[in-house]
Amino acid sequence: MHELSIALSVVDLAREEAGRHGGRVCAVHLRIGALAGVASEALLASYEMACAETSLEGSRLLIEEVPVVVYCERCEARRPLESLQSFSCPECGTPVSRIEQGRELELVALEIEQ
Amino acid sequence: MSHEPRLVEVRRNILKQNDLVARELRQRFRDAGVFVASLVSSPGAGKTTLLERTLTLLGERFRVAALVGDLATENDAARLARSGAPVRQITTGTVCHLEAAMVQRSLDGWALDHLDFLFVENVGNLVCPASYDLGESMRFVIVSVTEGEDKPLKYPTIFNTADVAVLSKIDLAAAVGFDHEAALHSIESVRPGMRTIALSARTDEGMNEYTALLEEALHASRETAASAP
Repeated sequence: MHELSIALSVVDLAREEAGRHGGRVCAVHLRIGALAGVASEALLASYEMACAETSLEGSRLLIEEVPVVVYCERCEARRPLESLQSFSCPECGTPVSRIEQGRELELVALEIEQ
Repeated sequence: MSHEPRLVEVRRNILKQNDLVARELRQRFRDAGVFVASLVSSPGAGKTTLLERTLTLLGERFRVAALVGDLATENDAARLARSGAPVRQITTGTVCHLEAAMVQRSLDGWALDHLDFLFVENVGNLVCPASYDLGESMRFVIVSVTEGEDKPLKYPTIFNTADVAVLSKIDLAAAVGFDHEAALHSIESVRPGMRTIALSARTDEGMNEYTALLEEALHASRETAASAP
Protein backbone atom coordinates (compact mmCIF):
# COMPACT_ATOMS: atom_id res chain seq x y z
CA MET A 1 0.00 0.00 0.00
CA HIS A 2 1.60 3.21 -1.14
CA GLU A 3 -1.36 5.49 -0.42
CA LEU A 4 0.22 6.77 2.78
CA SER A 5 3.21 8.11 0.87
CA ILE A 6 0.81 9.65 -1.67
CA ALA A 7 -1.17 11.20 1.23
CA LEU A 8 2.04 12.66 2.68
CA SER A 9 2.84 14.22 -0.71
CA VAL A 10 -0.68 15.67 -0.87
CA VAL A 11 -0.26 17.21 2.58
CA ASP A 12 3.14 18.69 1.67
CA LEU A 13 1.79 20.22 -1.54
CA ALA A 14 -1.34 21.55 0.14
CA ARG A 15 0.70 23.17 2.92
CA GLU A 16 3.00 24.77 0.39
CA GLU A 17 0.03 26.16 -1.57
CA ALA A 18 -1.73 27.29 1.62
CA GLY A 19 1.41 29.16 2.63
CA ARG A 20 1.31 31.00 -0.67
CA HIS A 21 -2.38 31.92 -0.39
CA GLY A 22 -2.66 32.42 3.37
CA GLY A 23 -5.34 30.99 5.65
CA ARG A 24 -6.26 27.57 6.94
CA VAL A 25 -7.01 24.66 4.59
CA CYS A 26 -10.36 23.05 5.38
CA ALA A 27 -10.67 20.86 2.28
CA VAL A 28 -8.40 19.43 -0.40
CA HIS A 29 -9.69 18.43 -3.83
CA LEU A 30 -7.94 15.76 -5.89
CA ARG A 31 -8.50 14.18 -9.28
CA ILE A 32 -7.45 10.57 -9.54
CA GLY A 33 -7.49 8.62 -12.78
CA ALA A 34 -8.61 5.00 -12.87
CA LEU A 35 -5.12 4.12 -14.17
CA ALA A 36 -3.17 6.17 -11.62
CA GLY A 37 -2.63 3.11 -9.46
CA VAL A 38 -4.11 4.73 -6.37
CA ALA A 39 -7.09 3.38 -4.45
CA SER A 40 -9.33 6.22 -3.26
CA GLU A 41 -10.54 4.42 -0.16
CA ALA A 42 -7.03 3.64 0.99
CA LEU A 43 -5.99 7.21 0.30
CA LEU A 44 -8.89 8.59 2.33
CA ALA A 45 -7.93 6.33 5.22
CA SER A 46 -4.28 7.40 5.01
CA TYR A 47 -5.07 11.08 4.68
CA GLU A 48 -6.15 11.56 8.28
CA MET A 49 -2.92 10.00 9.46
CA ALA A 50 -0.87 12.15 7.11
CA CYS A 51 -2.59 15.32 8.36
CA ALA A 52 -2.07 14.59 12.05
CA GLU A 53 -0.18 17.33 13.86
CA THR A 54 0.03 19.50 10.76
CA SER A 55 -1.86 22.66 9.87
CA LEU A 56 -4.15 20.45 7.77
CA GLU A 57 -5.38 18.43 10.71
CA GLY A 58 -9.16 18.14 10.52
CA SER A 59 -9.34 19.03 6.83
CA ARG A 60 -11.43 16.99 4.41
CA LEU A 61 -10.17 15.16 1.35
CA LEU A 62 -12.46 15.15 -1.68
CA ILE A 63 -11.62 12.88 -4.56
CA GLU A 64 -12.96 13.13 -8.07
CA GLU A 65 -12.43 9.84 -9.85
CA VAL A 66 -11.47 10.29 -13.48
CA PRO A 67 -12.54 7.56 -15.91
CA VAL A 68 -10.26 6.29 -18.66
CA VAL A 69 -10.73 7.81 -22.09
CA VAL A 70 -9.01 6.20 -25.07
CA TYR A 71 -8.59 7.18 -28.69
CA CYS A 72 -10.01 4.80 -31.27
CA GLU A 73 -7.96 4.92 -34.48
CA ARG A 74 -10.77 3.37 -36.46
CA CYS A 75 -13.55 5.72 -35.30
CA GLU A 76 -11.04 8.59 -35.15
CA ALA A 77 -12.67 9.58 -31.88
CA ARG A 78 -12.13 9.71 -28.15
CA ARG A 79 -14.14 7.05 -26.35
CA PRO A 80 -14.75 6.28 -22.68
CA LEU A 81 -13.30 2.89 -21.77
CA GLU A 82 -15.97 0.57 -20.39
CA SER A 83 -13.68 -1.79 -18.53
CA LEU A 84 -10.03 -1.78 -17.49
CA GLN A 85 -10.05 -5.47 -18.39
CA SER A 86 -10.81 -4.74 -22.01
CA PHE A 87 -8.94 -2.03 -23.88
CA SER A 88 -11.21 -1.90 -26.89
CA CYS A 89 -13.46 0.71 -28.44
CA PRO A 90 -16.96 0.52 -26.91
CA GLU A 91 -18.45 1.44 -30.32
CA CYS A 92 -16.60 -0.71 -32.84
CA GLY A 93 -14.60 -3.15 -30.70
CA THR A 94 -11.20 -2.24 -32.16
CA PRO A 95 -8.33 -2.75 -29.68
CA VAL A 96 -7.11 0.61 -28.40
CA SER A 97 -3.75 1.49 -26.92
CA ARG A 98 -3.79 5.28 -26.89
CA ILE A 99 -4.78 6.51 -23.44
CA GLU A 100 -6.04 10.08 -23.48
CA GLN A 101 -7.21 10.36 -19.90
CA GLY A 102 -7.13 8.30 -16.71
CA ARG A 103 -3.57 8.58 -15.38
CA GLU A 104 -4.22 11.84 -13.46
CA LEU A 105 -3.00 12.21 -9.92
CA GLU A 106 -3.56 15.89 -9.28
CA LEU A 107 -4.18 18.34 -6.53
CA VAL A 108 -6.78 20.58 -8.17
CA ALA A 109 -8.06 22.95 -5.52
CA LEU A 110 -8.03 23.92 -1.88
CA GLU A 111 -10.79 25.35 0.26
CA ILE A 112 -9.24 27.97 2.48
CA GLU A 113 -10.72 29.81 5.47
CA GLN A 114 -9.29 33.04 6.78
CA MET B 1 -17.09 39.75 7.29
CA SER B 2 -17.76 36.42 5.68
CA HIS B 3 -16.27 33.19 6.97
CA GLU B 4 -17.20 31.16 3.92
CA PRO B 5 -14.16 29.22 2.76
CA ARG B 6 -12.83 30.28 -0.61
CA LEU B 7 -11.91 27.82 -3.32
CA VAL B 8 -8.41 28.23 -4.66
CA GLU B 9 -7.50 26.37 -7.85
CA VAL B 10 -4.00 24.95 -7.79
CA ARG B 11 -3.53 22.13 -10.35
CA ARG B 12 -0.43 20.37 -9.13
CA ASN B 13 0.78 16.92 -10.06
CA ILE B 14 1.04 15.04 -6.77
CA LEU B 15 3.99 12.96 -7.91
CA LYS B 16 5.76 15.86 -9.57
CA GLN B 17 8.78 15.51 -7.30
CA ASN B 18 9.19 11.86 -8.29
CA ASP B 19 8.63 12.66 -11.95
CA LEU B 20 11.26 15.42 -11.86
CA VAL B 21 13.85 13.11 -10.34
CA ALA B 22 12.92 10.40 -12.86
CA ARG B 23 13.39 12.85 -15.72
CA GLU B 24 16.82 13.87 -14.39
CA LEU B 25 17.79 10.22 -14.08
CA ARG B 26 16.66 9.45 -17.62
CA GLN B 27 18.81 12.28 -18.96
CA ARG B 28 21.78 11.16 -16.84
CA PHE B 29 21.44 7.58 -18.11
CA ARG B 30 21.24 8.81 -21.69
CA ASP B 31 24.31 11.02 -21.30
CA ALA B 32 26.23 8.09 -19.80
CA GLY B 33 25.10 5.75 -22.60
CA VAL B 34 23.70 3.18 -20.19
CA PHE B 35 20.43 1.42 -20.98
CA VAL B 36 18.24 1.06 -17.91
CA ALA B 37 15.56 -1.61 -17.66
CA SER B 38 13.37 -2.30 -14.66
CA LEU B 39 11.57 -5.44 -13.58
CA VAL B 40 8.24 -5.57 -11.77
CA SER B 41 6.22 -8.61 -10.71
CA SER B 42 4.44 -10.17 -7.77
CA PRO B 43 6.59 -11.78 -5.10
CA GLY B 44 7.86 -15.13 -6.34
CA ALA B 45 7.41 -14.63 -10.08
CA GLY B 46 11.11 -15.18 -10.62
CA LYS B 47 12.51 -11.66 -11.01
CA THR B 48 15.73 -12.43 -9.19
CA THR B 49 16.32 -15.71 -11.03
CA LEU B 50 15.69 -13.98 -14.36
CA LEU B 51 17.98 -11.13 -13.40
CA GLU B 52 20.73 -13.48 -12.25
CA ARG B 53 20.62 -15.29 -15.60
CA THR B 54 20.43 -11.98 -17.50
CA LEU B 55 23.51 -10.62 -15.75
CA THR B 56 25.41 -13.82 -16.51
CA LEU B 57 24.39 -14.03 -20.20
CA LEU B 58 24.75 -10.33 -21.03
CA GLY B 59 27.79 -10.05 -18.78
CA GLU B 60 29.77 -12.16 -21.26
CA ARG B 61 29.68 -9.33 -23.78
CA PHE B 62 28.50 -6.23 -21.97
CA ARG B 63 29.18 -4.27 -18.80
CA VAL B 64 26.16 -4.92 -16.63
CA ALA B 65 25.05 -3.93 -13.14
CA ALA B 66 21.92 -4.11 -11.03
CA LEU B 67 20.03 -2.36 -8.26
CA VAL B 68 17.63 -4.52 -6.32
CA GLY B 69 14.81 -3.33 -4.12
CA ASP B 70 13.83 -5.53 -1.23
CA LEU B 71 11.78 -4.87 1.87
CA ALA B 72 14.13 -6.22 4.46
CA THR B 73 16.77 -8.71 3.42
CA GLU B 74 19.92 -8.52 1.39
CA ASN B 75 19.50 -12.08 0.09
CA ASP B 76 18.72 -11.00 -3.45
CA ALA B 77 21.85 -8.87 -3.74
CA ALA B 78 23.95 -11.73 -2.40
CA ARG B 79 22.41 -14.11 -4.96
CA LEU B 80 22.94 -11.70 -7.82
CA ALA B 81 26.53 -10.98 -6.81
CA ARG B 82 27.33 -14.57 -7.83
CA SER B 83 27.01 -13.44 -11.44
CA GLY B 84 30.11 -11.30 -10.90
CA ALA B 85 28.25 -8.10 -11.84
CA PRO B 86 28.22 -5.10 -9.50
CA VAL B 87 24.99 -5.24 -7.52
CA ARG B 88 23.56 -2.86 -4.97
CA GLN B 89 20.67 -3.41 -2.64
CA ILE B 90 18.01 -0.80 -1.97
CA THR B 91 16.42 -1.87 1.29
CA THR B 92 13.07 -0.13 1.34
CA GLY B 93 12.04 -1.05 4.88
CA THR B 94 8.27 -0.97 4.94
CA VAL B 95 7.95 0.88 1.63
CA CYS B 96 6.36 -1.41 -0.92
CA HIS B 97 7.84 0.11 -4.09
CA LEU B 98 10.90 1.94 -5.38
CA GLU B 99 10.80 5.68 -6.00
CA ALA B 100 13.07 7.66 -8.31
CA ALA B 101 14.89 9.30 -5.39
CA MET B 102 15.83 5.87 -3.98
CA VAL B 103 17.37 4.93 -7.32
CA GLN B 104 19.16 8.28 -7.46
CA ARG B 105 20.64 7.87 -3.98
CA SER B 106 21.83 4.36 -4.67
CA LEU B 107 23.83 5.48 -7.71
CA ASP B 108 26.32 7.47 -5.64
CA GLY B 109 29.86 6.65 -6.59
CA TRP B 110 28.95 4.51 -9.60
CA ALA B 111 30.58 5.41 -12.91
CA LEU B 112 27.52 5.03 -15.11
CA ASP B 113 29.49 5.70 -18.28
CA HIS B 114 31.38 2.47 -17.62
CA LEU B 115 28.15 0.50 -17.97
CA ASP B 116 26.09 -0.77 -20.90
CA PHE B 117 23.11 -2.07 -18.95
CA LEU B 118 21.73 -1.25 -15.55
CA PHE B 119 18.83 -3.35 -14.27
CA VAL B 120 16.52 -2.17 -11.53
CA GLU B 121 14.55 -4.86 -9.75
CA ASN B 122 11.51 -3.42 -8.02
CA VAL B 123 9.97 -4.74 -4.81
CA GLY B 124 7.66 -7.71 -5.48
CA ASN B 125 4.32 -5.96 -5.93
CA LEU B 126 2.04 -5.46 -8.93
CA VAL B 127 0.16 -2.47 -7.53
CA CYS B 128 2.28 0.25 -5.98
CA PRO B 129 5.19 0.39 -8.48
CA ALA B 130 2.72 1.44 -11.18
CA SER B 131 2.61 5.03 -9.88
CA TYR B 132 6.36 5.66 -9.88
CA ASP B 133 8.54 6.44 -12.87
CA LEU B 134 12.11 5.38 -12.05
CA GLY B 135 13.76 6.96 -15.08
CA GLU B 136 14.11 3.59 -16.78
CA SER B 137 13.92 3.25 -20.56
CA MET B 138 12.16 -0.09 -20.55
CA ARG B 139 9.92 -1.69 -17.96
CA PHE B 140 9.32 -5.43 -17.92
CA VAL B 141 6.31 -6.85 -16.11
CA ILE B 142 6.84 -10.50 -15.26
CA VAL B 143 4.16 -13.08 -14.56
CA SER B 144 5.02 -16.70 -13.98
CA VAL B 145 3.01 -19.55 -15.48
CA THR B 146 2.14 -20.67 -11.94
CA GLU B 147 0.20 -17.47 -11.27
CA GLY B 148 -2.67 -18.13 -13.65
CA GLU B 149 -3.54 -16.81 -17.08
CA ASP B 150 -5.80 -14.02 -15.81
CA LYS B 151 -3.17 -12.15 -13.79
CA PRO B 152 -3.01 -9.31 -16.35
CA LEU B 153 -6.78 -8.79 -16.02
CA LYS B 154 -6.36 -8.32 -12.29
CA TYR B 155 -3.57 -5.77 -12.64
CA PRO B 156 -4.32 -3.75 -15.79
CA THR B 157 -2.64 -0.63 -14.41
CA ILE B 158 0.84 -2.10 -14.07
CA PHE B 159 0.56 -3.62 -17.57
CA ASN B 160 -0.22 -0.16 -18.86
CA THR B 161 2.96 1.29 -17.36
CA ALA B 162 5.17 -1.52 -18.66
CA ASP B 163 6.68 -1.92 -22.14
CA VAL B 164 7.19 -5.66 -22.34
CA ALA B 165 5.45 -8.61 -20.67
CA VAL B 166 7.45 -11.68 -19.70
CA LEU B 167 5.82 -15.05 -19.07
CA SER B 168 8.34 -16.71 -16.78
CA LYS B 169 8.95 -20.29 -15.59
CA ILE B 170 7.73 -21.56 -18.95
CA ASP B 171 9.49 -24.88 -18.16
CA LEU B 172 6.70 -25.48 -15.62
CA ALA B 173 3.88 -24.72 -18.07
CA ALA B 174 2.89 -28.33 -18.71
CA ALA B 175 3.07 -29.28 -15.03
CA VAL B 176 0.62 -26.55 -14.01
CA GLY B 177 -1.62 -26.87 -17.10
CA PHE B 178 -0.77 -23.37 -18.26
CA ASP B 179 -2.90 -22.13 -21.14
CA HIS B 180 -0.51 -20.01 -23.21
CA GLU B 181 -3.18 -18.69 -25.58
CA ALA B 182 -5.40 -17.59 -22.71
CA ALA B 183 -2.49 -15.74 -21.08
CA LEU B 184 -1.67 -13.94 -24.34
CA HIS B 185 -5.32 -13.06 -24.70
CA SER B 186 -5.38 -11.55 -21.19
CA ILE B 187 -2.34 -9.42 -21.96
CA GLU B 188 -3.80 -8.32 -25.29
CA SER B 189 -7.06 -7.36 -23.55
CA VAL B 190 -5.43 -4.97 -21.11
CA ARG B 191 -2.63 -3.72 -23.35
CA PRO B 192 -3.27 -4.29 -27.07
CA GLY B 193 -0.08 -4.81 -29.06
CA MET B 194 2.13 -5.40 -26.02
CA ARG B 195 5.34 -7.29 -26.81
CA THR B 196 5.38 -10.57 -24.89
CA ILE B 197 8.24 -13.02 -24.34
CA ALA B 198 7.83 -16.48 -22.82
CA LEU B 199 10.98 -17.76 -21.17
CA SER B 200 12.60 -19.91 -18.55
CA ALA B 201 15.70 -18.66 -16.73
CA ARG B 202 16.36 -22.26 -15.65
CA THR B 203 16.36 -23.96 -19.05
CA ASP B 204 17.23 -20.81 -21.07
CA GLU B 205 14.23 -21.32 -23.35
CA GLY B 206 13.30 -17.87 -24.69
CA MET B 207 16.34 -16.19 -23.12
CA ASN B 208 17.86 -15.44 -26.53
CA GLU B 209 14.79 -13.50 -27.58
CA TYR B 210 14.88 -11.57 -24.32
CA THR B 211 18.58 -10.68 -24.44
CA ALA B 212 18.31 -9.84 -28.16
CA LEU B 213 15.50 -7.39 -27.37
CA LEU B 214 17.70 -5.71 -24.77
CA GLU B 215 20.67 -5.52 -27.13
CA GLU B 216 18.54 -3.98 -29.87
CA ALA B 217 17.17 -1.47 -27.39
CA LEU B 218 20.68 -0.53 -26.23
CA HIS B 219 21.86 0.06 -29.80
CA ALA B 220 18.73 2.00 -30.70
CA SER B 221 19.05 4.26 -27.65
CA ARG B 222 22.71 4.99 -28.42
CA GLU B 223 21.91 5.81 -32.03
CA THR B 224 19.17 8.18 -30.90
CA ALA B 225 21.52 9.80 -28.39
CA ALA B 226 24.24 10.17 -31.04
CA SER B 227 21.91 11.83 -33.54
CA ALA B 228 20.39 14.18 -30.96
CA PRO B 229 21.62 17.78 -31.11
